[in-house]
Amino acid sequence: MTSRIAQKFAELKARDERALVAYLTAGDPTPSRTVPLVLALERAGADIIELGVPFSDPIADGPVIQRAAERALKAGASVAGILEMARRIRQQSQIPLLLFTYLNPVLRYGFERLAAEAKEAGIDGCLLTDLSVEEAAAYVERMRAHDLDTVFLAAPTSTPRRLELVARYSTGFIYLVSRTGVTGERDQVAGNVADMVTSLRTHSDKPIAVGFGVSRREHVATLRGEAEGVVVGSAIVRLIEEHGSSADLEARLEAFVRELKQGTRAPEMAIP
Amino acid sequence: MSSASAVSITSEPDATGHFGPYGGRFVPEVLMAPLEELEIAYQQAQADPAFHAELDDLLHNYAGRETPLYYAKRLSEELGGARIYLKREDLLHTGAHKINNCLGQALLARRMGKNRIIAETGAGQHGVATATVCALFGMDCTVYMGAEDMRRQEINVFRMRMLGAKVVGVSNGSQTLKDAINEAMRDWVTNVSETHYLLGSALGAHPYPLMVREFHSCMGKEARAQMLEREGRLPDAVFACVGGGSNAIGIFHAFVPDGGVRLVGVEAGGRGKATGDHAARFSGGAPGVLHGAFSYLLQDDDGQVSLTHSVSAGLDYALIGPEHAWLHDQGRAAYVNISDEEALQAAVRLSRTEGIIPALESAHGVAEAIRQAPSYPGKIFLVNLSGRGDKDIGIYRENLKELDAGL
Repeated sequence: MTSRIAQKFAELKARDERALVAYLTAGDPTPSRTVPLVLALERAGADIIELGVPFSDPIADGPVIQRAAERALKAGASVAGILEMARRIRQQSQIPLLLFTYLNPVLRYGFERLAAEAKEAGIDGCLLTDLSVEEAAAYVERMRAHDLDTVFLAAPTSTPRRLELVARYSTGFIYLVSRTGVTGERDQVAGNVADMVTSLRTHSDKPIAVGFGVSRREHVATLRGEAEGVVVGSAIVRLIEEHGSSADLEARLEAFVRELKQGTRAPEMAIP
Repeated sequence: MSSASAVSITSEPDATGHFGPYGGRFVPEVLMAPLEELEIAYQQAQADPAFHAELDDLLHNYAGRETPLYYAKRLSEELGGARIYLKREDLLHTGAHKINNCLGQALLARRMGKNRIIAETGAGQHGVATATVCALFGMDCTVYMGAEDMRRQEINVFRMRMLGAKVVGVSNGSQTLKDAINEAMRDWVTNVSETHYLLGSALGAHPYPLMVREFHSCMGKEARAQMLEREGRLPDAVFACVGGGSNAIGIFHAFVPDGGVRLVGVEAGGRGKATGDHAARFSGGAPGVLHGAFSYLLQDDDGQVSLTHSVSAGLDYALIGPEHAWLHDQGRAAYVNISDEEALQAAVRLSRTEGIIPALESAHGVAEAIRQAPSYPGKIFLVNLSGRGDKDIGIYRENLKELDAGL
């Protein structure tokens, strides 16, 4: 069975577009806002949604996403609550949904319970930032049993042996961390993305999405020539932080993401 | 527990750093290859006599090893039970056992060509020891410390600064050790190519729990030999406080094969288990992952890490070192907890019977020995006095108001 994620990459390829993967922390600023925000992201052209499950100790995240996690936890976000959000999104949308979190909340919930309930809720896959491929056997096995994709991270420091493992265990796509460091906006895209993509391609022809420091249309456009997708997180989360209490948050988010999405299209196709 | 079963227990991790089911390597991919590199560098150093010669020289001539094994005669006689010996790590340079590991890791960082050192600190003892070795080796040093701990341990903050370290206050979360480690890991993820993370406890991803234990295992080896020389036999029980667990694992390790020696780890009972304000992982926690290792973790039903409390900053941490989890599950070591109040009273008692003001962390180990001693006449207890109390004078004053008023 082709997953929603694989199908999306295939559709985009046929249109010569790249995937815009949009991250937001579920429950930020409050759990009731998440479903409308996801639908706004979709209207604006986001292709895949990373639904961040907040964790108390997010060591891979910079201050913007750390604050989002704190707000979400304070507002009562929980794994069960986020699965319920996914169910509600599924009633209105077929956009691929990827849970994005740290290992401990998933470990505590239980791999089997999470995989079964996530599948039933309409989730398509999962990415755990602090779960290395070496430790992932039990998790991958349960996710596979429920036809869920497992996305793993490849990093600038990954050795060829590690890239091979990451490529082998990843399904749906491979998430390429473009630079060492935590999540957050940067002025420029890392200079050596092309080299990293080339190394990864020697191990796999799975789609690659590049993230960490991607926050503007020009970044997205630059990466169009390198990979099948880009991930934008902190820029979206910052916008939610800045306008979380205003009535036009969805409209602002839509405008911002629509602009980003333009960068994923071939220049002649892009609406200026 | 029968001594026969205990003898068969090994406490060596498997090739991927697991002590039984615990430990492992749970970090973002960016750190995986650097950890593999660190593991190889560590193994090479361990096999290199020149590395050990230099480390041993520094431990002896710079840090002041070996430390004395002291018979606490007045305390023992007052309790009228077990005879209590203290392993005097409080007499080491910088005032606690932490320097053992810092010297080892700094030498390792130098071998790896990394000249920038980062560290976390709770009570400040590990931060001071790290700042000290960085000064000694001319390395750049940044220490992350929770803002609440900076308030509790302001003298240590100044000591680090005087030694040339940059101290970065962390005001996220509980503003204690856990948050300082989060921030240190974020720095490491960013600057990993030129930076060594000098982790200060037997925590974190493999090879840290193993490496930190090995650099501290001198405590147990010395104490075991000293006890045999003094008493002609092994102690009946060994007591040590457990935050992350470095001083405890360092003194336990040599005794693990000695099945007749009870190993007792003392966690922070804080204000009492009923209040939730504690750091007693074995009575309130469940297995989970934090900062790279799988072990007993204080967490809520949704896997969020709980806020902990202890009067002693060094024990105020949500996860116990993975090897302790394994010793616990095998029944090789027992873990108990001592409240803030009991630790404070033990500190006063040790001060007045022996003229030794212990660190608040170490006072937890002393308190458990005091509690058990009357029931064990004829037995020998060994307590790891892992640090001295100078850094805690402010907290002692805050909590012992009648004494401060001269009453």
